[in-house]
Amino acid sequence: MTHEVVTEAQAPLPHRATPFWQMHGITKRYGGILALDDVDFACERGEIHAVLGENGAGKSTLIKIAAGVVTPSEGKLMLEGHEVGFATPQEANAAGIVCIFQELSLMPDLSVADNICMANPPGRFGFINHRAQRRRAEALLARVGCEDVNPLELVKNLPLSRRQMVEIAKALGREPRMLILDEATSALTAADVGKVYGILRDLRRDGLAILYISHRMHEIEELADTCSVFRNGRHIETFAKGARSDNEIIRLMIGREYTQVYPPKPAHREPPPPALTVKDLSWGRRLKNVSLNVGKGEIVGLGGLDGQGQRELLLALFGVLRGVSGAVEVDGKAARLSSPGQAKSDRIRMALIPEDRKSEGLLLPMSVRDNISMASIGRFTQGPGGMFIDRARQDARIDEMVARLSIKCGDTDSPVGTLSGGNQQKVVIAKWLMTEARVILLNDPTRGIDVGTKQEIYQLLRELADAGTAILFYTTDYDELIGCCDRVSIMYDGGIVRELKGEAINEENILSSALNIDLNTGPNQPAAAGEPRA
Amino acid sequence: MSLADLKLRLAQSQGLIIAVVVFVLMFTLYIANHPAGLTVPVVTTAANKAVLLALVSMAQTLPVLTGGLDLSVGMVFVMTNCLASTLVSGSPLEVALGIVVVLLAGAAAGFVNGAIVVYGRLQPIITTLATGAVYYGIALLLRPVPGGEVQEDLADFMTWTVFDTVPTSLLLLLAVVLLVWLPFRNSVVGRGCYAVGSAEGAAYMSGLPVGRSRLAAFTLSGLLAGIAGLMLTFVTFSGEASAPIGGTYTLNSIAAVVIGGTSLYGGAGGAIGSIFGAFILRTIDDLLFVFDLPPLWQPLFQGVVLLGAVSLGAARVFRIRNRLELFN
Repeated sequence: MTHEVVTEAQAPLPHRATPFWQMHGITKRYGGILALDDVDFACERGEIHAVLGENGAGKSTLIKIAAGVVTPSEGKLMLEGHEVGFATPQEANAAGIVCIFQELSLMPDLSVADNICMANPPGRFGFINHRAQRRRAEALLARVGCEDVNPLELVKNLPLSRRQMVEIAKALGREPRMLILDEATSALTAADVGKVYGILRDLRRDGLAILYISHRMHEIEELADTCSVFRNGRHIETFAKGARSDNEIIRLMIGREYTQVYPPKPAHREPPPPALTVKDLSWGRRLKNVSLNVGKGEIVGLGGLDGQGQRELLLALFGVLRGVSGAVEVDGKAARLSSPGQAKSDRIRMALIPEDRKSEGLLLPMSVRDNISMASIGRFTQGPGGMFIDRARQDARIDEMVARLSIKCGDTDSPVGTLSGGNQQKVVIAKWLMTEARVILLNDPTRGIDVGTKQEIYQLLRELADAGTAILFYTTDYDELIGCCDRVSIMYDGGIVRELKGEAINEENILSSALNIDLNTGPNQPAAAGEPRA
Repeated sequence: MSLADLKLRLAQSQGLIIAVVVFVLMFTLYIANHPAGLTVPVVTTAANKAVLLALVSMAQTLPVLTGGLDLSVGMVFVMTNCLASTLVSGSPLEVALGIVVVLLAGAAAGFVNGAIVVYGRLQPIITTLATGAVYYGIALLLRPVPGGEVQEDLADFMTWTVFDTVPTSLLLLLAVVLLVWLPFRNSVVGRGCYAVGSAEGAAYMSGLPVGRSRLAAFTLSGLLAGIAGLMLTFVTFSGEASAPIGGTYTLNSIAAVVIGGTSLYGGAGGAIGSIFGAFILRTIDDLLFVFDLPPLWQPLFQGVVLLGAVSLGAARVFRIRNRLELFN
């Protein structure tokens, strides 16, 4: 399969009769489930090839096969026209195929330098030359624009966005000929995303083949030369960028007409009675006098660059942080929040959909049913002193939730870890809906989730708001702030610098407030205090 | 090395530094209250006892670093002791050969543990509980009643001093650190062990030989326990298949590893911390002796001191302001 690529930035490469990387008739079965079904796929050197598809479309399996993590049930792999087979990630690495996985492949207790040089440390006779290792780590960190990271620092002490850059540095250190990125920018700050784009373009010019998997359409627009769409384990179509419109691409991905991403916002109206009022909330140097309110039935967005205190604000409200000062009121009653248990109690009824569903949201080996009921067991008790769980009543509610959120699981008794990412996130949401929360806090709930599920989540949030729930929604995706939120508060350096309403919620305003610059006074003039808040 | 680097290094070896400081304080207290004071015999006696536990604790450190407990180190220690009490005697050649066989037996025991854990995919804690019983059984077969012999000149040398100043046992420990531990820690396989303990999935994804690293950790652990067993033979001049000794050493080695700053979750720490952890545990006994506590009080006091020592390492909890970090 060959295709003409139309990008002027690309260095002319000699036309090859055989593509650099080919997968022929690849089929992969997990038990009775067909993850990939007779897939043909090819990738050239010097191109960025975007792989698109919903969660469960087979993208992950495709790259796991290329990276040597999974062996295909049928079909063959060809590198430069020669058939190859990888039994382990090492063998794929040796052939020049390096993968940056969504789940970071870093060892948290080891230093940055150790991690970067993990697979092939400099040295002799099996001993590591620490000085050379450090030099190499420094050079690679500089290559990805992370000179501020000390190579001796332990990875676990770095923020998530830095870890992801270390991950990229580590991959580059293995001198890949084909680089695979699986949602590699999902945790990055806007500035780092820009750096990564630059690196990827350099690598393309150097003649690398780059496979790029992302759920963010604008990234694909910006980077990709070629796009391949997968759906239900099948390769649907490969086309040059620009050959298809966004709507066409999304239709190919979800296999149905893509009408409207975001549900309509309610018309302009009187400010609703406040459900959550926050006054002068401070926590160390990370939160500085944050004041905001969320009305009944309102969706308030939290925006800004990554790491400006948004997560800390949500955690403080949910009682996770120690030593928080300031006042919080829920429905006009003062709330002293010192633990999640208290935050979810009947008096307050707050819920937090956490950022990392695998560690903070779910108990992966436990069943879908147990996970959904985890936060609301106390509501389904019977017998003396509420000692026993009323299974019948609880199970009826769980089934209701599974149906309402259309959670796709074979059986509610199967472990939640067997579900796809989107369905796992729905289980987390269902868990907190079971508590009939009055205030729902969301911490970047759509990260790494497919378009279809995202749409369902937006719809659900609006339905909840219409039913009177107050929603505080932190997201790193500007589109979601614009599409979903009635008001948006932008955070910078631990404080709220600006509040946007109605038509003012647009990309330009969000971006300029996030960078704390005032576009009217010039791009490089930091605004003294942001605009006066409403 | 810049100041920032130095700060990082110090922060990263906090556990080790605490262990060293606590040991120095305790040992000073001991010497100050000892009727004889700082003399060669006092130090040598203390060293001979401490080095045994230090070696077993080093052996325990390796599996712990990969994220698993080894309940068989004490039994390998006892088994190699019994083996040494039958083999390490006679002509110099026989003695040398005997030592080699004893050390190989220790390494083989560790290798078996590792092979079962890696290829059988069993939990280390339960695997070594079972193999520990097997090794104890072998010890009993080798030496049904206490006894045996060991080359006396060698034993005297190993339990006395070099140039009448430095205890030989301490030099042995130093040699093990310099020739076994440090090279291992700086090797690719050694770092693989830290990687496996820190995040096994990530280590595999990084293309590391996960199984081989773990196997190496257990094998080296067996070798270190074998060195300890050999040393025990020199100290006691005999072999004894004693279940209490094996059990006590196993449990104390876990305590020493924790006091020395190695995480029971794996991935962080090191054998040098464990050596000082072992020294601390031993000095507790000695302190009880010089302060002449009634024997009935000893276990209670030991437990309290142990709790205190472990708590020092956990003091960071009070500084945590995000409760989620308590669980990491």
